[in-house]
Amino acid sequence: MKNYALPLLGMAALSIASLTVPADAKADELVPFKIVNGNSIPASLTGKAGDPAKGRDVAINRKKGNCLACHVMPIPEQPYHGEVGPDLNGLADRLSEGEIRLQLVNPKTNNPATIMPAFYRTEGLHRVAKNFQGKPMLTAEEVEDVVAYLMTLK
Amino acid sequence: MRKNNRKIMMAGAAVAAVFSIATIAAGEPKSGYLSAEPETQAMQDDDFSNPAMLVTDYGGDLWSTADGDSGKSCEDCHGDAADSMKGVKTRYPTYYQPWGKMINLELRINECRKDNQKAKAWKYESKEMLGMASYIGYQSRGMPMAVDIGGKATPFFTKGKEFYYERRGQLDMACSHCHEDNSGNMIRANLLTEGQINGFPTYRLKWSGVGTLHRRFKGCNDQVRAIPYERGSDEYVNLELYLAWRGRGLAVETPSVRN
Repeated sequence: MKNYALPLLGMAALSIASLTVPADAKADELVPFKIVNGNSIPASLTGKAGDPAKGRDVAINRKKGNCLACHVMPIPEQPYHGEVGPDLNGLADRLSEGEIRLQLVNPKTNNPATIMPAFYRTEGLHRVAKNFQGKPMLTAEEVEDVVAYLMTLK
Repeated sequence: MRKNNRKIMMAGAAVAAVFSIATIAAGEPKSGYLSAEPETQAMQDDDFSNPAMLVTDYGGDLWSTADGDSGKSCEDCHGDAADSMKGVKTRYPTYYQPWGKMINLELRINECRKDNQKAKAWKYESKEMLGMASYIGYQSRGMPMAVDIGGKATPFFTKGKEFYYERRGQLDMACSHCHEDNSGNMIRANLLTEGQINGFPTYRLKWSGVGTLHRRFKGCNDQVRAIPYERGSDEYVNLELYLAWRGRGLAVETPSVRN
């Protein structure tokens, strides 16, 4: 029976590892997160602080955040800023980091009627195109990068 | 110049004059024409510079060309399209008894081809279909959209309305989010319009060609990363009915020119 011990140990180690690796290790699965007071996700999705420079790129990228589609932002080198959502200048003066994170993860938590997509959600969607099924719009790491960037908007 | 083409040019001049003095009252539907760039409007206003007129003229040629086992042309039964097809576009989609559901102009053209002309159906987005749908639509230019949503059409109207307000795709957006709640707002470099359908088939600069309304529906669904429906599907025909009703009273602009 001794010879079973090693593979079992190995499996146990693997399952622990799958709970602790960052989300981008497997794009189809969302890392668990906790909404506090119904309006905030205080803890980083990755357990780490994001990179604000990368977050700015994600906000510009039309295939990623494309925040500029709807929001005016302090990104002067980009010519067209949308006017669908609120101006994001000074956002970090108005919202906490946790509130910004929830707004990115799933803005329908606060406003069920909003046009804004949930950037970190895969369930409860209707007729998602094949290429995007089971995938969030942004990875957990990208969400954290955008959070870090938006926290600089003071 | 062919007989049909001459008529197109003459009618076009009259319609251009009407459009150029168009004004909008608050709360009334607003044609995409009014938010198009002046250069784009000018292309539509002048039939000689409207690139969709090539396709429309081709439809006029097909109108008088015999086809199918019947050996008949559209003209053999329907006569001059300027008379027989005038106003037809304003009434579509309409309830179609043989199917027990709605039919739009493109699908009706194919029904006539199969049943009467004994010809093969055209593909939905084919040059032939675009030509014929544009040519028939053109005969209603300037006339107000006046689709009937009463009686047997009502349940299909309701389905179309439900589609309009239903979120879809990874972006989780309904038609209403952009075209009702935010029409007139910029979404990055693009202006969101009411999504009125009074100009289809339309020459779209982005397409460098003429396309059907259902092609545009598919494009919108793709943009929100949703699975589109087939052109000519019940879902899209019902949505077309709902949108035709939202745009009731707007002048038919077929074939229009848009971004």
